[in-house]
Formats: sequence, structure tokens, C-alpha cells
Amino acid sequence: MSATVADDRLDLLRGMVRVRRFEERCVELYSTERIRGFMHLCIGEEAVAVGLVGALEPGDAVVSTYREHGHALVRGVPMSAVLAEMFGRATGCSRGRGGSMHLFDAARRFYGGNAIVGGGLPVAVGLGLADALTARPVATACLFGDGAVAEGEFHECLNLAALWRLPVLFCCENNRYAMGTALEREHAETDLALRAAAYGMPAWAVDGMDPEAVRAATQRALALVRGGPGPCFLELRTYRFRAHSMYDPDRYRDRAEIARWREHDPVDGLHARLLADGELDDEGWARLVAEVDAEIREAEAVAEAAPVEPVEDLLRFVGAEPTGETP
Amino acid sequence: MSTGTAAAATTSGTDRGPTYREALREALREALHADERVFLMGEDVGRYGGCFAVSLGLLEEFGPDRVRDTPLSESAFVGAGIGAALGGLRPIVEIMTVNFSLLALDQILNNAATLSHMSGGQFSVPLVVRMTTGAGRQLAAQHSHSLEGWYAHIPGLRIVAPATVADARGVLAPALACPDPVLLFEHAGLYGTTDDAPDGPGADDPAGVALDGAAVRRPGTDVSLVTYGGMLPTTLAAAERLAEDGTSAEVVDLRSLRPLDEETVLASVRRTHRLVVVDEGWRSGSLAAEVAARVAEHAFYDLDAPPERVCSAEVPVPYAAHLERAALPSVDGVVAAARRTVG
Amino acid sequence: MPSLGADMDEGTVVEWSVAPGDEVHRGDLIAAVETEKSVIDVECFEDGVVEALLVPVGAKVAVGTPLAVIGTDGAPAPSAPSAPSVPAEVPAPDGPPLPRATPPVRRFAERLGVDTGDLAGTGPHGTVTHADVRAATRPAPAASPAGGRLRVTPYARRLAAERGTPVEDLHPGTADGVVRGRDVPAAPPAPSAPRAATRAGADGMRAAIAARMTRSLTIPQYHVDAVLEVGAALDRLRELNRRAAVSARIVPAALFLHAVARAARRVPELNGHWVDGAPVPATSVDVGVVVSLRGGGLLVPTIPAADELALPDLMTALREVVERARAGRLRSSDTADAGLTVSDLGDTGGHAVHGRIFPPQVALVGLGAVVARPWADGDLLGVRPTVTTTLTGDHRATDGVVGGRFLHAVDDVLHDLEEWS
Repeated sequence: MSATVADDRLDLLRGMVRVRRFEERCVELYSTERIRGFMHLCIGEEAVAVGLVGALEPGDAVVSTYREHGHALVRGVPMSAVLAEMFGRATGCSRGRGGSMHLFDAARRFYGGNAIVGGGLPVAVGLGLADALTARPVATACLFGDGAVAEGEFHECLNLAALWRLPVLFCCENNRYAMGTALEREHAETDLALRAAAYGMPAWAVDGMDPEAVRAATQRALALVRGGPGPCFLELRTYRFRAHSMYDPDRYRDRAEIARWREHDPVDGLHARLLADGELDDEGWARLVAEVDAEIREAEAVAEAAPVEPVEDLLRFVGAEPTGETP
Repeated sequence: MSTGTAAAATTSGTDRGPTYREALREALREALHADERVFLMGEDVGRYGGCFAVSLGLLEEFGPDRVRDTPLSESAFVGAGIGAALGGLRPIVEIMTVNFSLLALDQILNNAATLSHMSGGQFSVPLVVRMTTGAGRQLAAQHSHSLEGWYAHIPGLRIVAPATVADARGVLAPALACPDPVLLFEHAGLYGTTDDAPDGPGADDPAGVALDGAAVRRPGTDVSLVTYGGMLPTTLAAAERLAEDGTSAEVVDLRSLRPLDEETVLASVRRTHRLVVVDEGWRSGSLAAEVAARVAEHAFYDLDAPPERVCSAEVPVPYAAHLERAALPSVDGVVAAARRTVG
Repeated sequence: MPSLGADMDEGTVVEWSVAPGDEVHRGDLIAAVETEKSVIDVECFEDGVVEALLVPVGAKVAVGTPLAVIGTDGAPAPSAPSAPSVPAEVPAPDGPPLPRATPPVRRFAERLGVDTGDLAGTGPHGTVTHADVRAATRPAPAASPAGGRLRVTPYARRLAAERGTPVEDLHPGTADGVVRGRDVPAAPPAPSAPRAATRAGADGMRAAIAARMTRSLTIPQYHVDAVLEVGAALDRLRELNRRAAVSARIVPAALFLHAVARAARRVPELNGHWVDGAPVPATSVDVGVVVSLRGGGLLVPTIPAADELALPDLMTALREVVERARAGRLRSSDTADAGLTVSDLGDTGGHAVHGRIFPPQVALVGLGAVVARPWADGDLLGVRPTVTTTLTGDHRATDGVVGGRFLHAVDDVLHDLEEWS
């Protein structure tokens, strides 16, 4: 295996560890009341974040959900800005107005955590429309969960994007539960790719626990989308190891099911493959984890030291403020 | 027939000026010419020419990319307007009637109105949404409501209700120039009207119509009749009737429902000491309630009578003509309310 | 007790899965906690050995309460922090009797000289309301045609106050019994306190003061105070007086009046009238001076263009106008409309005057007695003569910051040699 490919796989692993360790730290910070509000973790779903978001170009747009810490971090939103947002600080990536569910970053075309299930899809279609009308060779990746497939907006948007042949990559992060409702308890047809295919677009399912498979599928889909023939749909079959949100008793699934899926832990899986292929040794692994932990410590210190937004600014940003620039 | 359209009928002579509908169309044409980022989309805006014929002929002139028919997917195409605005375009989205806009309420409220704030000011949504509002055409309870007062409740939106041909002609350009989402409410009863009677500032200068700022449509000294949109003809007719028996009514057209031009309303009430609000919306929790409350808060010691409200009856708008007429504010109702305030 | 959600305040330990001495690892589930929502597992964030369980099964504790002590790396266990006691349910107090009136009502009553203890309250639980206090200050209203309370519109009430007409004297012009603006008799031509007083004697004067001050009550007013150090100014005044003839000697009151007049020139927002909902600035600094009369009551003659008078000339003008006022022989020029009024109670010994505005003016300046006070000068403490100046402003016309600026200007003028000429 060539050195570049080996480095690449190591980057995938590093990206996943970064998201995993970050969210584990968030749990502790939440437990000690330094993070408040609703917080949804993607632990178990890291392969989607690194494989999909990591495969996008800087000019592409991302529309995400309220379970978006991993998407934001992989997209390049600084970890300190994400943490500062969750601490409600002025240096947060949404200046303390959004919190965990609403991370935004204009510079990285990260159009946010949308906390209305399905609500991000129309926005993604519009971004695609703008790109199509101005002939920009970019794509919009729209992430949503299996729950959104039951929403009317899903069907309206897939129809519209296919009808107008818009460069939108619909990415269904199917973790098998819409909050506490299992896939088979809310969908008459649980093959979600089949449902999307009904709108006349290429659609297929991918092992969402394998970052390399996710990345390969994303690259293939992006090539279809960018060319101009229209949107594409990926169903990323994955699983969240933790509850829907903090304070979720997780009564709707049994521990054995979680344990079964944990055998496919994307981090452990790639870690083991790299060890087996000789691309990583125990020392390298320890160094990788130590580096990630150092970054988290540093980000936490920076976020903690940041000022809070002054209360006098409460009413700011309800409307646009004159900046002299137009999007 | 509503009094609005009745008033319109009396003003359309042989040598009439442009209608409200023609003014809207001319404004759209001008905007599409002026800025290539501007496009129009909505249900049947293209081949059909618009449900109310506002966009008739624009498809032929500008092509299907810029005059874009959409499927019946209010949430998707209003949200697509938001996304396109974020992506650098200047979309104008037409929703057939305000009742249908409820299918897109998620996008209007949860996205258009909140994205700027929720992103800490990183994004703005320069989107214009046009929709028809109001009753008077026997279209019953799912095509006739006046819900603009609901939308005026929402921070992050700008709500405008052009009531005159001049405003219809002039309001689109500033709405497109505004970096925030603007909802334009066009009362169905106004489409055929001309501007012979009501003539506001900006009649000669379309560029001069501001997004905010109420207009005094008729000066008076005894009572302030505050209204907007489709109720302006009714209110002006009431003022005319009041003048016949010596009561001088001032008619204030709010034009912008959010933000409210409180100063113009308060200044008028401070002159007349009496207030009647005429609003086609339902009375409870209405825009009329907001206007009356602000006057009570800021001009209490100027009031020489309790504020009056003339609103629609609290019932879904019925079909039968006599029932519909009874449900809506009437010239008689406005005159009676004004007389009560004068005492 | 970990916080497991934004709406979780406390939890009950229902199970311990570990015991002291057990080795635990980060991520292990060590306890179960019952919350309002459900039973939720508590995970451990450390590797180590359980030293102690601090909260027994069945105990309900607040979020943030330590549940257990885990020793790490064989380091000595930190002394077990004592769990904060669960706040006991506070029994609803039988409680002291409710106060008879809320603080704003009490203040209102104090202002009007009404003892709330004497009133039968009509509010909830018999509390005294604003209306009760107001009713106590008023003679029983004349019966309205309807036999009930006279119904007067807010605008009519305002007009009546402005025109000095008691509301009780109003009569409805229509059968509905409502007194409207048009039912308030037109104002007498340019009424003013001084003239009313000279014509109508002591009773008329009190009525005029009452009307004017009652009207003043409808104006939202603010107060700003400043203690000014006047040592240098008084020294200079003494120096001037030593060289002057006895008849030309200048009293401190004139010095302060002079400073106020000059300050009004610098801060013109406070010199003028509030007319029809808008401030109308005065074109010259005509200062009203409150003159207490020996037999009681007061007059407010005006010194026109007071800011243009040099200090000795202002002294002369002040002395003459006070003499004329006390002799009951004011001239018509003395009763011109002032743009600003000064109330100097220094000679009564009062330290500060918190007066009310004379409508339609927008400000009133109060001057207290010259008082020796401890005064910090840099790091040193000395005793200096000081005077407390106050500014009452019409909050519709200006804000407190303007008042503050004005008092600062008075201080400046007192210390500005050029202003003395």
C-alpha cells in the first residue's frame, strides 16, 4: 500500500477519534452543567462525518441537522468555536445564539445545524438552485436522518431537486431510530434508498460504519451531482451508540442490540485494520490520542476564557446588520 | 362584493391609470431587468400567468429559468427561496394565498426569520415572498383569511401591505434591496383598483416608496382611522361619509405591519384624540389590538374616547355573499365606530 | 449527581452497581438514578478505585451533589466532600399579615400626605390602592348625571389639570355622562401664579400653587443632585465684596443664580417649554426665581435675560424683584414666562431642594444651604464649603444625562473667572 493511501487512512482514523473524544468530553461538560440545552451526540456515527463531509471540496455547501458536532468539526469549524458556542460565549461559532443544535460557519459554507427534522432540505435545494442558476461547479451536501424521510418536506424536496436537476447530494444518516421510534415502526418501506429512487435519482445504501466505504460512495455520488444531471441520494446505514440526547433513558432498544452494533465500532474497526496492515503501531496510536486530547484541552481552555456576549447586544442579528458586503 | 371592490368599480373609468395588478407586474418586470440575480417562482406563475394574472407575460419575456413554475410544494419552494437567497440570488416567491403559506410556515418562521439571529449574524436572507390575502370574493374559509397580523408577530420578518397602486408599483425595489426576508401581502380585492382616490407619497416617484413608514391618506382633525391593505378603500369611503355630517376623519395607512410606524399613528392620535383601527383580521390577538395597545401605552393622556376596533367577525369566512359581507368590516361599521368616539 | 438534561434539578439513587474497593473504569455504569423522566444510568468519567459511596440508595439529592469518591492512581482519596443537605420542603408560612399597601402606593401616599393606615383598602385582600389614596385627597366628587363616578377621558383630565380646573367641577356635554376634552372650559388668558396671587390674595395663591403643582404631578420627572465645592468661589466673592460699597455687596444666592443662568446658556435643552408633545426651546435665558412670602405661599417672578447680566447687575435685579414680590407690587415684566426656575432654600438651612417643575417649563434647579463638609482633595481630606445643587427635569424633554451635564456646567461657571465679568 502506498504511503499516501496509508496517510489518508490515518487521517480518517484521526478525524474519527477527534470527533469521538470531543463528544465524550462534551458528556462530562454537560454532566457538570457547563453545557446546557439539548445536546445530541453522534458517537458511533463518526464514519459518516469523516467519510462524507471530509470528501467535500471547500466550495461545496453543507446543510446539517441538530446532531452536527462531527459534521462541523470535520468541515473545519474550529473546535474552540464549537465549544465556545456550547458554553454560550461571544466567540462561539453562532455567538451564543445557537448552542449545540445550531452551529454555523459562513466562511466554510456550513449552513448550520437545523433542529426541525426535514427543515434543512428546502434550504439545501435552494442553495443548489442558486449554484445551478449561476453555473457554479459545486455541490450541496444535505444531511438528515431516517426520521426526516417520513416528513413531507423530504418528498417535496427530492421531487423538486430531481425535477430541476439541482446539484444536491441528499445524505440520509440512517441510525435506525427517529428519536425513540425504530425504523420499522415508522416506515412502511424501510429501504430508504428505494424511496428516493422513486423520484428518479441515483440512490444506494452504504455501510455507514466504514469510513472508507462512505468516502468512496460520496466521491462517486459527487461526480454524478457535479456533472449537472441532477441530485443523488446516499443512505448511510449507521448506529448511534448513545441515547438520542442527554437525559434520554434509552428504553426503546435493548442493550444487546447496542452491544451488537458496538462490534462494528467505526473507530475500533479502522484502528484494528491499520494495526493489522502495519500502518499504525501502539506507540503511534497513543501519540494520536494524546494529540487529539491536547487539542480538546486547548479548545476547552480557549472557550472557557472567552467573554460572554454582552446582554446589551440581545437584540442584535434579528435583522441583517449593514456590513457593506453582499453574499 | 366587498366594499373594497365596490369602491374600485366606481373609480375605474374609461381613461384610468394602471391597476394595482399592472403596477405589480411592472415592478416585477423592472426588477427582473435591473438585476440578473432576481427571479420569480411559485405555483403557476409562468405558463398560467399567475393565479391572479400578476405575472402574465413575464415567462415569455424572461424565460423559464427566471419565471419558474413550481410543483405544489409550498414548503419546498419557499425554503428553496431561502436557500437561493443564502446562495447569493434575489428570489421573489409567490404563494397563491395566505392560507397556503401555512404549508410553508416552518420555512418562513423556523428558517427565514431566525437564520440571521441563530447564526450570530453570519447569514442574512434577502428573500421576498408575495402572497394574496383577504376576503370578499366568496371563496370561503380556506382562501379568504387575513393572517398578515400573525406574521407581523414574528421578529426577523418585515411585513408590508401595499394598499395603493403607487405602493404596489414602488414597494418591490426596496423589498429586494432589504437584506432581510420581506413578506408582501396583496389584498385580492385591490388587484383591479386604480389610484384615482387614494394617492400617497411616492405616487410620482416609485423609487421613493419606503418599506416602512405609514402614510396619511387623508388629513383630518376629529378622529384617526388607522388601517392598511385591503381595508383602505373601505376606510376612505367611511371618512368621506363622516365628512358629510361634519366629522373630519384622518386616514392613516400603516403600509408596514412590521415594523409598525408608531410615530405616525401617535402623532395622528395626538391631533385628533380619537382612534379607530380598521383591520380585516380577526379581533382577538390582532394587529388592531397591537395598534390600540400602543396608542393606549403612549398616548393615553391624549385619548378623549376609548379606542375602537373594527375587525372581521370571529368566524371562518363563510361562502354565502350576505354572510361574508356581514363577517367583514364595512363602511357602516367604521362610520359607527368613529361616531362613538366623537360622542 | 450528574445533570442529565436541562430540565433536571435532582435525582434519586436507586441502585449502586459498585461498592467501596471496586475498581472502575471510565465509561463504566456505576449507578442508576431515577429522575422525573425515568431511571438513567450514571457513568464514571475516571479510572480508579471506589473509596466511598456518599449517597445511599433511596436518597434524593440535587444536581451537582457528589455521589461517590473515586481514588485515582493510588493517590490518597480527597476528603469526602460532605453532600449538601437536601433542601427540606419549606412549609408555607402562616405568615405575617400582608402589608396594607404596596411600596409604590405607600410612596404615592407619602407624597400626598395620606396615611394608608387610615384608609379602607379596596384592593385584593383589602390592600390600599392608588385610587384609594387619590380618593382620600379629594373632596367627594359632585354626583355625575349617572349617579356614579364621574367619567372623564384621559385627555379631558389632562386639559383640566393644565388649565387649573378641578375635575370635580367638570360637566359632561353629552347624555352619556362622559366628560370629554371639549367639556373642559377654555383656559383663562395666560394664567400665572404671580398674577393669580396678587389678584386673589392668599387663598387664590394657594389654589394657583395647587393647580400648578398638581399639573406638575402628571409630568414624568427625574432628579439629579451634585454637591459642589464652592470654597474658591466664595473666597473670590468675599474679595469682591470687600472692595464694594455695602449696598452693592453680593450674596451667595446671586452668585449661584448667576452660575445657573450661564449654565442654561451652555445646556439650552433645559431652558424652554413642553408644548403639545414637543420641547420648545426658549430664545433667551429668562429665569424664574421662587420667592417665599413672609405670610406663607410663594411667588415666582422672572428675571429676563439673566445670563446677560454681570454678577453685580444680577444681584441688583434679584434684590429688586424680591422686594417687589414681597411688597405685592410685581411689574408685568416680572411675570414674563420663564424658561427655567430656580428655588434657593439656602437661607432656610435646608441642605437640598427636590422641587417640582413649573409646567410648561422643562426643568427646575434647587439650591441648598452652604454647608461645610469634609471634602477629599486628592489624597487629603479637608473641610470645605459646599452647596448641594439639584436638577429636576421633564423626562419627556430630556434625560438625566442632560441634567448631569447641566450641574456640571454650574460647577464650571463657578470656577471660571471669565464668567464673572
